[in-house]
Amino acid sequence: MSFDIAAILAVDGVSNGAIYALVAIGTVLLFSVTRVMFVPFGDLAAFTALTLAALDGGKRPGTVALVAILAALAFSMEAFALLRAGRRRDLPKAALYYLLVPGVLAAIVGVAAPLHPPLPVRLLLALMAVTPIAPLLDRIVFRPVADAPVLLLLIIAVALHFALVGLGLLFFGPEGVRTEPLTSGSLEIFGTTISGQTVLIVVAALALSGLLYVCFDYTLVGKALRAVSSNRTGARLMGIRPARAGAIAYILGSVLAGVSGILIAPVNTIFYDSGFLIGLKAFVGAIIGGLYSYPGAALGALFVGLLESFASFESSSLKDVIVFSLLVPILMWRSIASLHLEEDDEE
Amino acid sequence: MTRRRKSIAGVLALVALAAAPLFLSSFTISLLDYIGVYALVAIGLALLTGVGGIVSFGQAAFVGVGAYATAWASALAGYSPWVGLALAIVLTCGVAAVLGATTLRLQGHFLSLSTLAWGLAIGFLFGNVEGLGNFSGISSIPPIRIGSLALTESAQIYYLIWGVVAASLVALSNLLNSRAGRAIRALRGGNVLVESLGIDSFRTKLAAFVIAALLAALSGWLYAHMSRFVSPATFDAGMGIEYLMMAMVGGQGSLIGGVVGASIITFLKNSIQDYLPLISPGASGQLEVVAFSAIFILFLQRARRGIVPYIVDRLPKASEPVDESAADLPKRRQPPAGRTILSVDQVVRRFGGLTAVNLVSFEVRAAEILGLIGPNGAGKSTMFNLCTGALPMDSGAIAFAGEPIRRMPQRAIARAGVSRTFQHVKLRPRMSVIDNVLLGAHTRTKAGIAAGMLRLDRSEEASARKEAQAQLQRVGLGDVLFEEAGNLPLGKQRLVEIARALAADPVLLVLDEPAAGLRRNEKMALAELLRSLRADGLTILLVEHDMEFVMSLVDRIVVMDFGSKLCEGLPAEIRADPRVQEAYLGSLA
Repeated sequence: MSFDIAAILAVDGVSNGAIYALVAIGTVLLFSVTRVMFVPFGDLAAFTALTLAALDGGKRPGTVALVAILAALAFSMEAFALLRAGRRRDLPKAALYYLLVPGVLAAIVGVAAPLHPPLPVRLLLALMAVTPIAPLLDRIVFRPVADAPVLLLLIIAVALHFALVGLGLLFFGPEGVRTEPLTSGSLEIFGTTISGQTVLIVVAALALSGLLYVCFDYTLVGKALRAVSSNRTGARLMGIRPARAGAIAYILGSVLAGVSGILIAPVNTIFYDSGFLIGLKAFVGAIIGGLYSYPGAALGALFVGLLESFASFESSSLKDVIVFSLLVPILMWRSIASLHLEEDDEE
Repeated sequence: MTRRRKSIAGVLALVALAAAPLFLSSFTISLLDYIGVYALVAIGLALLTGVGGIVSFGQAAFVGVGAYATAWASALAGYSPWVGLALAIVLTCGVAAVLGATTLRLQGHFLSLSTLAWGLAIGFLFGNVEGLGNFSGISSIPPIRIGSLALTESAQIYYLIWGVVAASLVALSNLLNSRAGRAIRALRGGNVLVESLGIDSFRTKLAAFVIAALLAALSGWLYAHMSRFVSPATFDAGMGIEYLMMAMVGGQGSLIGGVVGASIITFLKNSIQDYLPLISPGASGQLEVVAFSAIFILFLQRARRGIVPYIVDRLPKASEPVDESAADLPKRRQPPAGRTILSVDQVVRRFGGLTAVNLVSFEVRAAEILGLIGPNGAGKSTMFNLCTGALPMDSGAIAFAGEPIRRMPQRAIARAGVSRTFQHVKLRPRMSVIDNVLLGAHTRTKAGIAAGMLRLDRSEEASARKEAQAQLQRVGLGDVLFEEAGNLPLGKQRLVEIARALAADPVLLVLDEPAAGLRRNEKMALAELLRSLRADGLTILLVEHDMEFVMSLVDRIVVMDFGSKLCEGLPAEIRADPRVQEAYLGSLA
């Protein structure tokens, strides 16, 4: 392998890694706040890409109908729970959160789609369409079992991923999409050409993770999220509602996943089921980082991207085998690194 | 259900199964074939996940290894399917042993994630290996032949499949009622208890893991020769979660639940395939997986424990009587009174910057009760964990019966004769009281997995049961042998822990706050029990808060404060010591 090839592979790896990093950060955020390992973030990235492709073509994306259905389902569950608890007064608020906000977002996207707005607006619309999905799924799927053990939440998340793949096929069809590049420029460093898209990906990943860092350290919402992630009961005693913190984490995670979907769509062809591998690779990255550290997750994801890129040079058909086989030794190392006198899990 | 009733139900089920091909259409029989093939995997998962608490997403990969092994051997290399069977078993169990050896030390969700990872990796591998037909798979696999009979019809292989299912059920249910099986049942709920009983938790997990893989290999072998075709899609991650679903729907901790789960899921899938096109023609394939996942999520939200336990709870409980005529288990000879049993010498343990135990030394002598007391945060529990090997020490030395224990794992210390109880009671609440106590006798018995499956362990088992009953009677619980341990009140649960510790025939009994949460008369009964144990030559180290309880019971006392030993002496001396009063009540200045 010459230096040139290595450099190209490295650039490729960094750009993939940066995309995984965004999803990985969302995964860590959500895991620390809700203890849910939200495998479907990858699916949401794919959905964003598919939505953007539909908007590019001036078509109404399937996301609109999906959000509408999920909103109706989430609201009826919430309304049912409220009525049973005799909290009729809270109904309007529930309608606002679960019906009106997602409904309006979906409606805007639905109306604007055929008008073929300029690219920045389309990006915004794609994010608007996808962001409500995860918080709604949270209400439908995870809220009823919020106190379940981590393992059960994981099993549910995996099952949810399969449901989403089916829904993806239903709402987006089987065709793969590749959106137009966001920039066409390129620059050269040490004789290696780096496309503008790659630069954009890396800059976006850095900017978003920096923003998140600032948000966590300097805003009240960020502090509340950190409080919930370190101690749910304690945070609750301080008047922070874990459910709301969870919803915020879902929204932030969705935006991160959405951005990564937008960034990857011009580089790779995305199908309705491409999300699983994106999500899982991000996951591997998050685990390398220990599932609790954001910079760790970002670095881990970067490592996965590089590994994948070099592995695909060696054997393109076995690259996924290599990436996932790698998880086993990493998990062992993580598990040994976090060895402590284990508190027993529940029966 | 008693054993007898269980056998009757089993025989009836067998007769019904054997007669089924006479009554049912060939379509239904082939559906039953599939159910049997899936059920094998689900039974393995019921053992691994339901009983042992190890959640595996990767069983489909093991099925795949088995199926591809036999497909390669019989269709490509031209060997008999029976050679394929041998290859399938050896290869699958080998892969499982290697994977298990590397991953089973992982904790909780890390372990499950690793099963997802290697499940995916193996799944991708099938589709990318030239010699295994890449994504198109291997076709024209020959049927299994028994003598001159080729099992080509679905009604023929039906008997083989369900024969294997029935045999697996019998073998595994025997296993669960044996020494090795109890160790697997004890896994769910954490390693701390398991290791303290002298059980090697890692090897127990590995055994359960390989057994589950073996069943998956059998399933893969049967599948390959039943459908005569294998391709990667059958063994992907989606199928892995489907198997998990079967085991969980059937029921946690129930082997028959694997069969029930496989039946329900397969029939459900079949009817979804039948009805969805009516609701939404053209989109049925996609809706199928959505409907399926939705049902599974709903199930996990509403009825996590599964179907079979729900029914079993409503049936009369099993109570196989204890055989009073069984031989006694061998007992160890207790050391002569007064000899030093445990010596703690200048022991230090730090947690980060905090020195929880600082240069503490004391001795425990045979046939005495030594009380270890001190205010909250004095380091008693840490000291306790150091003595039992649950925590490693930073410096100093602890010797048990003259042997330094520094490098011994907790289970080796347990085997040497240290039995403990826990401050927060650690029983297996869904196991019966006598089974909990039998766990204590693990180190005194030998029967392995094969002996358990084939019921060759019966005489030893009878002896162990007699011993467990005797210890329960000794602590006054002779009347609740077959209750679920979790249903007892806290006071009785503490006594079950003591009976379990006694069943190990210990030299040193280490009790962590045994009187906490007990009522006054329960405390008095407990003190009486401990005195009688001392009279029998047992040595007891007691960590306790309750002063009255300690003062009236123990021979000597060691007082700890802020991680250091404050003083040591007879109860009366300790009571009079101003330093102790100051530690407990604060300075009187």
